[in-house]
Amino acid sequence: MISVERVSHSFHGYPALKNLSFSVSPGECFGLLGPNGAGKSTLINILVTLLQPDSGSVTINGWPLATEAAKIRSSIGVIFQDSSLDERLTAYENLYFHAMFYHVPPREASQRITALLAMVGLADRSNDRVITFSGGMKRRLEIARSILHQPQLLLLDEATVGLDTQARRRIWDYIASLRQDYPLTILLTTHYLEEAEICDRIAILDHGAVIACDTPARLKEIHGQKTLDDLFLHLTGRDLQDSETGELERLKAALRVRRIK
Amino acid sequence: MTSGLKDSYYIMKRDLIRMTRQKMPLIGAVVRPILWLFFLGTGLKFGFIALPLVGINWQQYIFPGIIAMNVLFSGVMSGATIVWDREFGFLKEITIAPIPRWSIILGKVLSGTIIAGCQGVLVLAVYPLLGISLGFLQLAQTLLAIFFIAMAVTAVGVLLAARIRTLEGFGAVNNFVVMPVFFLSGALHPLSNIPDWLKILIYFNPFSYAVDLLRVILLGLDGDPVLDILTIVLFTNVIFLSALYLFAQRRQYYP
Repeated sequence: MISVERVSHSFHGYPALKNLSFSVSPGECFGLLGPNGAGKSTLINILVTLLQPDSGSVTINGWPLATEAAKIRSSIGVIFQDSSLDERLTAYENLYFHAMFYHVPPREASQRITALLAMVGLADRSNDRVITFSGGMKRRLEIARSILHQPQLLLLDEATVGLDTQARRRIWDYIASLRQDYPLTILLTTHYLEEAEICDRIAILDHGAVIACDTPARLKEIHGQKTLDDLFLHLTGRDLQDSETGELERLKAALRVRRIK
Repeated sequence: MTSGLKDSYYIMKRDLIRMTRQKMPLIGAVVRPILWLFFLGTGLKFGFIALPLVGINWQQYIFPGIIAMNVLFSGVMSGATIVWDREFGFLKEITIAPIPRWSIILGKVLSGTIIAGCQGVLVLAVYPLLGISLGFLQLAQTLLAIFFIAMAVTAVGVLLAARIRTLEGFGAVNNFVVMPVFFLSGALHPLSNIPDWLKILIYFNPFSYAVDLLRVILLGLDGDPVLDILTIVLFTNVIFLSALYLFAQRRQYYP
């Protein structure tokens, strides 16, 4: 489903990913854990075809990223950390335009949108503008949008950041029920331990490299740790939810400031 | 190709829906020409030297330029929708959708053209108040010219949006691009009796040819409409292809 082999990428000479390799099997829920600046977002941007790696190869759903980006785009659904919904449009319109951009036939799109809005509990808000929605409602709408074109792979980049525990739990309930009906492979990045625990396998990233990869239970067993937090601390010397800004984050922030100037 | 055109259509449709839900740009599109045409125009008409043209007053003279100005403001600023889409994630969303980059650019140019063209038509509608009479053919030619000019200036906005990444940065476009282009187009004064350096700048400004085209159609003044049309076509193509090139480049993306 996903094969990442010896991928490296750097920003202005600063290495964000170093010879990174891992694979994800069909139907698997795979988690990428790492502190800020570990390279998670860079990797996600490569997987969604926004960024070309400096070296290495990536294959998604059987297609090489270097030559078949368009086919890959059709077969993945993505939820980014920051909402990309159009707040001036209604919930229905947001989904409708997404369906059109993914070439879902209009009649079928309409049926799918109605069903998905009902699934995420937003059927009664279909014609309301997204600007009136709460953070949790927007996330649910984004989940509906991400699977509207029936992707084989769902990429969740810190998709539940900023939501309260209850909202996060609801979202994972939706995703769990979705996986029962639909053979969906999931790759997620997260800071939250409870999300990492539900993954079939996790990879721990630090300084742009995978330092451990296995099932959560097996990783804890191998390293003699009781919890994932302990495991993370043991492997990286840092807390998983450590919000300290990494070197790469500082570089990106500096670049943003320079661009604004 | 057909699929790409459909994608452009949906990008255009989305922008038009969004536009209808914003009141401020519409108010600006109405107020701006009123200020120029009825305040400045009246001042020029009664408090300024006579025009060296028989049968045309200042208000009528600047009318084609004010139509072009409204189109220019709206068309160039339509690039801000791309910057907005970039800031709020929608551009990322469509960039990872299976649609060609050119369809995004084309959709943006089409929506900007329609919006800017309609804002030009809003100004055109006041021609009876200025004592200008237009036949059906003249009206049809003016409408065509307005949308034609709208496409050219919208392409400029899209090109600028390829490089300007913040809304604050795009705000500066008004001062550094739109105003100089407008003032160096001869929209507000005849070219006779002006210094040569100013004349040269006006001749090199493609927007001067847009103003000239409207002036020829609306006021029947001497001009070269063929040269005007050829200049605008060439300019639009160069700008559109440049925008395509910039957007098609695979740049490093910084989250």
